[in-house]
Amino acid sequence: MYTQSFSVADGATPGAAKPAATPLRNEDAALQAHFDTVIDADGKIEPRDWMPDAYRKTLVRQISQHAHSEIVGMLPEGNWISRAPSLKRKAILIAKVQDEGGHGLYLYSAAETLGTSRDQMLDALHTGKAKYSSIFNYPTLNWADVGVIGWLVDGAAIMNQIPLCRCSYGPYARAMIRVCKEESFHQRQGYEALLVMMQGTAEQKAMVQDAVNRYWWKCLAMFGPPDADSPNSVQGMRWGIKRIGNDDLRQKFVDATVPQAEVLGVTLPDPDLKWNEARGHWDYGQIDWDEFWATVNGHGPMNQERLATRVKAHEQGAWVREAALAHARKQQQRQQKEAA
Amino acid sequence: MNAPALKEWPLWEVFVRSKQGLEHKHCGSLHASDARHALQMARDVYTRRQEGVSIWVVPSTAITASEPDSKDSFFDPAADKIYRHPTFYEIPDKVGHM
Repeated sequence: MYTQSFSVADGATPGAAKPAATPLRNEDAALQAHFDTVIDADGKIEPRDWMPDAYRKTLVRQISQHAHSEIVGMLPEGNWISRAPSLKRKAILIAKVQDEGGHGLYLYSAAETLGTSRDQMLDALHTGKAKYSSIFNYPTLNWADVGVIGWLVDGAAIMNQIPLCRCSYGPYARAMIRVCKEESFHQRQGYEALLVMMQGTAEQKAMVQDAVNRYWWKCLAMFGPPDADSPNSVQGMRWGIKRIGNDDLRQKFVDATVPQAEVLGVTLPDPDLKWNEARGHWDYGQIDWDEFWATVNGHGPMNQERLATRVKAHEQGAWVREAALAHARKQQQRQQKEAA
Repeated sequence: MNAPALKEWPLWEVFVRSKQGLEHKHCGSLHASDARHALQMARDVYTRRQEGVSIWVVPSTAITASEPDSKDSFFDPAADKIYRHPTFYEIPDKVGHM
């Protein structure tokens, strides 16, 4: 779930100018021409095929950010496992969080096919060099937040991830197909949990509305800045990594969500939200991009805590990783001795 | 052990048979300390929704692959042998299905 629908430069400010493509040597020009032909024909690039450095770098950055988002996304929901209101909801939440771990693994594996190691990627995350979806830098204050994450955050992620199933890089596309298959459960369980709350007490209904109020705009921002302010999008489109622009995806999400909110009985916190007959879409208000960029750049309410929790979990798991390796080595030695 | 101590668990390729009668199909990869560990991880990661009845794990380093750069020359010998396909042969209609 959970990717930002655009690629943020790791550890750099957005919009930094990039040098034009460096001139190619002759043999590279031939390889580049072949690569372009494959992309133009909507073909797939596989790990050991030649690809331009910039394509590889963009993919590593995007896929690893996506993987990090899955892993960090386990934290706000994981916080609620011990506080789930029933055994049923607890079992569901555990299954969902486990899925997110799996999604992280599919994506790390896809990124590793590009020649980067798992340790390098984890290191980039843990040192704060790599970005992850800014949506997880907000707190989950009450149980309704867990439902809203499923309904809206996963809902937004699905919108973004379905076109990624057709991405030009084979391993990424295949990972996304697997992720999307599992994602539908995430959105539906969240929505259903909220439906149940909306049949409850006035306080429970208020909790749902409060969670929707806090998450709605942040979910809209997940799709990334307007296409006009998103220079990387054009290149992503050219390479077949990105298939649909940020604004179109956001509009699809709004159009799909408004009727769902009505059935649920909550109000989406946007006074400008109204049906536009001429466009055949819902109009919506202005997104606060300053807040969005502040969070992306590390100044959200939970950035430090999320990263610290993640690093602590990794460090505390070190002995398990080392012990497993030591055990494997010992077994191997024993077998060799027996064979000798 | 004279091999340098690994920090990362080795990489394994995972193949899953989705049901009896079908072949094992490559479905992804994962890191694990040894084969048994890899099998357990593969079960947890790739068959959480009963997607499999059998799993193979293979160390990624044990796979020998054809070179993508020589794709054309490597597979070329098959390209001009269209007589290997049944559609190469014209059979009178009255013979019916063959």
